[in-house]
Amino acid sequence: MKAFGVLLRRELSLAWGRGGGPLLALTFYACVVVLLPMASGRAPERLAAIAPGIAWLALALAALLSLERLFERDYEDGTLDLLALGPAPLEAVAVAKCLAQWLATGAPLALAAPVAALMLGADLKVMPLLVLCALIGGLAFAFLGGLGAALALGSKRGGLLVAVIVLPLFAPPVIFGAGALDGYSAGLPWTSGLLLMLAYCAGAVALSPLAMGAACRNALD
Amino acid sequence: MLRAVLIKDLAITRGERRLFSGLDLTLSAGEAAVLVGRNGAGKTSLLRALAGLLRPAEGTVAFEGADGPVEADAARAEHLHLLGHQDGLKSSRTAWEELRFQTLWTGGTEESARAAAKRFDLPRLLDLEVRRLSAGQRRRLALARLAASPRTLWLLDEPMAPLDTAQRAAFGQVMSEHLAAGGMILASVHDPLPIPTRSIAIGEAGR
Repeated sequence: MKAFGVLLRRELSLAWGRGGGPLLALTFYACVVVLLPMASGRAPERLAAIAPGIAWLALALAALLSLERLFERDYEDGTLDLLALGPAPLEAVAVAKCLAQWLATGAPLALAAPVAALMLGADLKVMPLLVLCALIGGLAFAFLGGLGAALALGSKRGGLLVAVIVLPLFAPPVIFGAGALDGYSAGLPWTSGLLLMLAYCAGAVALSPLAMGAACRNALD
Repeated sequence: MLRAVLIKDLAITRGERRLFSGLDLTLSAGEAAVLVGRNGAGKTSLLRALAGLLRPAEGTVAFEGADGPVEADAARAEHLHLLGHQDGLKSSRTAWEELRFQTLWTGGTEESARAAAKRFDLPRLLDLEVRRLSAGQRRRLALARLAASPRTLWLLDEPMAPLDTAQRAAFGQVMSEHLAAGGMILASVHDPLPIPTRSIAIGEAGR
């Protein structure tokens, strides 16, 4: 457990610095939500209607951005060898990495989401739900993205592979989250979407470390 | 604490190529052995197989503790160091951050990390980013974790290549002390180590 804490601290400081860390994801997120209204035509009320959905979708894309190299660098510079020979199994190492990724980029993005939604003209009352969705969804994105990154380890076009693997896995939480947000702002039942997303997130957090550990072992062999 | 490593009839295949087969080797406490062989003979692969990172095609590796056999996973998680060409040091972090992490991760303490840094003549360099270190300094930083955390079996891949004469002698001293305390060393080398060793030829006997 102590070793896990040591590793988490290190991963956090690496995630904070890796390729611009949270700034890169936040900037990308800002670009999407600034450009999108310009492309969607002159109808503020239409924009306002889809604003929570857009803020939510852009979040998923921004989360993908810095995930690609989650394991790649450690694999290239030999750190993964060292991590494999530590007191914690590679599954726990993967959990530490994904958690750190979530804390370093997922959480800042979740805080930025209401600002973006507000800018797009969304109603104030959806903001708490949006932050909640972004936090839960961000956790799922971090673990699923980590899974993609681990599976793509050692392949030449890793980035492409990550996108292809991760895209279908990202679809359910995007749908559930958008459903909850939509329902809530329209005054319809919305809890089922949130609960489904929670369940999906719990499944991802529980299962993907097993796959990540196996994928890392495979890459080292 | 490990007492012996027993390798039986080991064969390693990379892709379609059989690197070597039928390797038998027993290493016991206080013993050092060097692997010699041409480039690409499989020395690095053998070290990685012992560390459990690579699955051998045939044969077994067993670890023996003070009271009976030690499970391979436990031995690998607690009792061995592997130091390869890639040292796992992040160039953007300071030498101390990296040494501290590597030491704590492999079961040492902050005090032991500081003591090891002294032994390898590193204290002046600890505040520098790893990217600013020379090849020799960087290698010393990587070697320091061997002394900083107490693990019995050292698997070293060309450990001394970038070191100067004085540092080689100093590292020889560290290795002697490790052996005297019941440690084991298996190293792949081209230049001989400055300690008594026996040589094992890789890639000739089998194929």
